[in-house]
Amino acid sequence: MPELNLLKAVNLALRQEMRRDERVVVYGEDVGYEGGVFRATEGLQQEFGEHRSMDTPLAESAIVGTAVGMAINGMIPVVEMQFGGFVYPAFNQIISHVARMRNRSRGRYTLPMVIRFPYGGGIRALEHHSESMEALFAHIPGIKVVIPSTPYDAKGLLSSAIRSPDPVIFMEPKRIYRAFKQEVPEDDYQIPIGKAKVEQEGTDITLIAWGAMMQETRKAAAVLSEKGLSPEVIDLRTISPYDSETLVKSVKKTGRVVIVHEEPRSFGTGSELVTMLTEKAFLYLEAPPARVTGFSTIIPLPRGEQHYLPSTERIVMKALETIQFLT
Amino acid sequence: MIFENYNPLEEKRFQVMDETGNIVNPDLMPNLDEKTIIRMLRTMLQAREIDLKLVMYQRQGRMLTYAPNIGQEAATIGSISVLEKEDWMVPAYRELGAMLWRGMPLDKMFTYWYGNERGSHMAEDLKILPVSVPIASQLLHAVGIAWASKLKGTTEITITYFGDGATSQGDFSEAMNWAAAYQTPVLFICQNNQFAISMPRSKQTRAHTLAQKSVAYGMPGIQVDGNDVFAMYAASMEAAERARTGGGPSLIEAYTYRMGAHTTSDDPKRYRSDEELDSWKGKDPIARLTKYCLNKKLVSEEEIETWRKEYIAEVDQVFKQVEQNSDMKPEEIFENMYSKMTPQLQEELDDYKNYLAWKERGQQ
Repeated sequence: MPELNLLKAVNLALRQEMRRDERVVVYGEDVGYEGGVFRATEGLQQEFGEHRSMDTPLAESAIVGTAVGMAINGMIPVVEMQFGGFVYPAFNQIISHVARMRNRSRGRYTLPMVIRFPYGGGIRALEHHSESMEALFAHIPGIKVVIPSTPYDAKGLLSSAIRSPDPVIFMEPKRIYRAFKQEVPEDDYQIPIGKAKVEQEGTDITLIAWGAMMQETRKAAAVLSEKGLSPEVIDLRTISPYDSETLVKSVKKTGRVVIVHEEPRSFGTGSELVTMLTEKAFLYLEAPPARVTGFSTIIPLPRGEQHYLPSTERIVMKALETIQFLT
Repeated sequence: MIFENYNPLEEKRFQVMDETGNIVNPDLMPNLDEKTIIRMLRTMLQAREIDLKLVMYQRQGRMLTYAPNIGQEAATIGSISVLEKEDWMVPAYRELGAMLWRGMPLDKMFTYWYGNERGSHMAEDLKILPVSVPIASQLLHAVGIAWASKLKGTTEITITYFGDGATSQGDFSEAMNWAAAYQTPVLFICQNNQFAISMPRSKQTRAHTLAQKSVAYGMPGIQVDGNDVFAMYAASMEAAERARTGGGPSLIEAYTYRMGAHTTSDDPKRYRSDEELDSWKGKDPIARLTKYCLNKKLVSEEEIETWRKEYIAEVDQVFKQVEQNSDMKPEEIFENMYSKMTPQLQEELDDYKNYLAWKERGQQ
């Protein structure tokens, strides 16, 4: 079984889906000949030709807008936005059409399509290259939002996204594109959209995260375990629709929860999860649900990123506070 | 050939039939059989009667906001009539005539404007996209559909409609550029009806014609008398044949006039004069084709009157049915958000049903 990093796992998923189904086409800026600025689509044009893996004009709204038409006319477009910070010119297409076409036509026109892009900070990049704005997309009814945190999951989730009859926003944590390798089966497998993963079982506190923040959260859990505590670690994996069942079950068991995300705190995904957990597990809570998040500020340029991005230590401190609450 | 001879940069406008119904450009008169010409006239008459009735229903409080097409019947019917059944239509929201031509059932159309999404559930063999409200955004869907047609190696082409205001939008530019770059088989039909709600065409852009915008994208473009159904047909047919044989997209600016309001919520008297409106009444596309047909003895005044009465009676009857069958169940709001209802949506629906049951029980 090959050991792959997250980026190579994305590439493998695209390759296998394109082999499996000739309706799958991949396109975006620098996606074809060059194979993407991160090389996520490397080799696809060579294997499948210029009609399956295309370079496009520099026009994000058009990349998404044409994908709507492609999907209506029988293709399965998997389009790339070069960076999360450049998706906004396409926002009107996403919110006004991608998310609405099925409902608007009462099921007559459906959009099996994927919009994938690298997101998040920590790579010392220029402005508009570090945002983590999943809540913006998760707030839109009619699309699904998926974020993998491991190479294995990236392949299985992207494969599911491409086979999904619903449009999927697939956000890739570019900070950990090449951070570590994992055994990724060449065999066909899918990870269901809408299911969280309990990565580590525990009884003292539930730590919920996704994407690049899983790295910090795993490290924080290790620190807590060393202190003799028993953290439960959950990778949300799908932001929308999220897996409330798994989260509620865990929090009912531990009575304490810390949610970790990179996006700005206000109106973030954490706000929704805390509300849901409060509604469904109110009498089980031993401490106020807590959040460790990016600030409700513009994400700073690289010299300030270390302040903004949640660190292992920030997660450990918040977890200890929550565990020690009224005990 | 028509496109070549009517360079939009020279501000030429293509016309075949003048305002009195005379053929002034016989060399370029399209070769249409009598049956097709009569069908064009009848569809234009039908669209006009539907518009008049729906605006009246709105005034009576029976109808919601409606966007009438009065004055633009030739622009839509002259262009849509070049399509084959396999082709796609991507509308904005002022293409009633084109939808009627393609066989869109009245009850569906009325259901949409009456405020129910069921009106946009087209039959499987009806390749029309739902009405698209955000200006110019639909042009990209047309390019994508046409691109897929090309990749699949079919001869399908796609026609898409938009107004003069849409040419100021970014999506117009992106769609035109992309369609030309990839040579996708699209007919861009710009219904220049002289107003974007209150904004006159002269203020929308410094460009002298909208058709000339095609030049920078490397695409053929032409300005056509949009109230001349024969000119619209001839230009559209040339564009369609080009698209079908791998020649890529074209832009047709249909120079026309919105004789009614933008929608029933709009009062055009606030921004344009009666004199201006009156001058365009003399160019009415239906009056023009009617004169032609009467002169050629293709139809009689009595026949036209009979058809009009039939159309009015049909609208009355279908609209009554729609009024009685347009209520929406709560489930319908949720069921088509995704291929399968998500747990969150199921929970919200159950919540709401609980509330309805509580209300039903007398709020106990």
